Amino acid sequence: MTAVTVGSGPAPVSGALTDQAPGACAADAAESECLVRIRGLRFSHGPRVIFDDVDLDIRRGSVTAVMGPSGTGKTTLLKLISGQLRPDAGTIEVDGEPVHALRQSALFELRRRMGMLFQSGALLTDLSVFDNVAYPLREHLRLSPPVVRKLVLLKLEAVGLRGARDLMPNELSGGMARRVALARAIALDPMMILYDEPFTGQDPISMGVLVSLIRQLNDASRLTSIVVSHDVRETASIADYIYVISNGRVMAAGTPATIAAERSEWVRQFMDGLPDGPVHFHYPAPDLAADLLTRGVG
Amino acid sequence: MAFKALRRGARAVANAVLDPVAELGRSGLKALAGLGRAHLLLLHILAGSAEVLWRPRLLLAQVFNVGVLSVLIVAVSGLFVGMVLALQGFYVLSQFGAEESLGVMVAASLVRELGPVVTALLVAGRAGSALTAEIGLMKATEQLAGLEMMAVDPVRRILTPRFYGGLIAMPLLVALFSAVGVLGGYFVGVGLLGVDDGAFWSQMQSKVDFREDVVNGVIKGLVFGVVVTWIALFQGHDSTPTSAGVSRATTRAVVHAALAVLALDFVLTALMFGN
Repeated sequence: MTAVTVGSGPAPVSGALTDQAPGACAADAAESECLVRIRGLRFSHGPRVIFDDVDLDIRRGSVTAVMGPSGTGKTTLLKLISGQLRPDAGTIEVDGEPVHALRQSALFELRRRMGMLFQSGALLTDLSVFDNVAYPLREHLRLSPPVVRKLVLLKLEAVGLRGARDLMPNELSGGMARRVALARAIALDPMMILYDEPFTGQDPISMGVLVSLIRQLNDASRLTSIVVSHDVRETASIADYIYVISNGRVMAAGTPATIAAERSEWVRQFMDGLPDGPVHFHYPAPDLAADLLTRGVG
Repeated sequence: MAFKALRRGARAVANAVLDPVAELGRSGLKALAGLGRAHLLLLHILAGSAEVLWRPRLLLAQVFNVGVLSVLIVAVSGLFVGMVLALQGFYVLSQFGAEESLGVMVAASLVRELGPVVTALLVAGRAGSALTAEIGLMKATEQLAGLEMMAVDPVRRILTPRFYGGLIAMPLLVALFSAVGVLGGYFVGVGLLGVDDGAFWSQMQSKVDFREDVVNGVIKGLVFGVVVTWIALFQGHDSTPTSAGVSRATTRAVVHAALAVLALDFVLTALMFGN
């Protein structure tokens, strides 16, 4: 089995975190301090190794950013944490429960305490904004319609879209759709929210709104947030702790200040957005001259 | 040197022979794996059957989508098929002086064969393809994953009501097709070709058996309803979540459902009407 990698990086940060910071929990941290604990995670997709012996912790109440170039498995990490995918090896514990070993009923019970903001929003297209936010409330709680209405309006107010309650998803802009999805994600007052590329394709105003919303919601509702993104500046501005992953490993971990001061060539290339460096511009390929002289049409 | 060339040549010949065999094996394994996934999905759908009892509105909505929205195409098709049957039947029967048997011929053909088969093909093309595209797009736009993250089983909540919607709607549509077809045959046979009105209905009444012909036709409709809806839902659920993937799945759903209906019709006819 061969790992498909682009470029080469520095020695990865092995397992334990590099420093004790607001977003990290110590190796011997109590369960109450550490909400997510990943140990020895291995995951492959066909011949491609996505994660190779990754250790990672998420501290309760923190905003933790997981950054890295496209295709490094950031979304896969969220799917592993939420139990949508099962690891090939290693353990993933969320709130003390082994996600990788839970049966569907136990997993669904755990997911009622999690919210996830998908990159596309994943709103149900045949339901209005109001009904989308009300959906998890109606599914899991036996509340009277007036109570559901009040809760939905409060959640929509939190994301600034109370006035858009009667719109259908196809009438929303991309930024509005994500805010509605965020209102739906917090409908059941979860302990943790997973954000999958929340800033991709957003105009500066929508991006600014989402950035401040994530931080405000985290602090006001005492949530734990995991933000997967490759928008370095925006994500670093709200994160308590940052993991930079690539080539199936954790390349760097620390507070935004630690990462900003990191001298590693690879981390500098990613954080500063340099076009060439340890991560090559070109995908691995045979020599150009030899390739051009080869007969064939493909 | 010569030995190396000989070895290369032998390897090339072996590859030319073995590659198609390996490809055949791969295709066979892929088909078997698909069949296994389809059966697992059916079990998952059936395991959620209680869902449709707890939430009858979900079921009613799907009976409307699959059934009511297909009424027009099924009724119009039934009318024309019945009219054509009467025209063709009259031509053949008149050569033997048996025009009065036109009603029997039209009704028996419709309730036994054409009603269930043509209705199933029409439903596969209209409602089946719509189901596949809907489920495939829900998968591509992460709506199914979104439901899972809300701790809602998408198979039970989305697929099971659609399955039972198809199951209930199909026999009703088959009955509608046959009834309208008989009327179409009546208009042409009695109205245009001058077959005796009383003979048309009385012969039909005496020769078409309710249990043997009508009930068996409805049973065929039920079986076709299961197969067409199951294939449509599986293809959507198993589709690659891209626009090309959903498009391919929709085509596959219609083609597989049509072939399955025609093959099953032969088996059912042999079981029901063979001696």
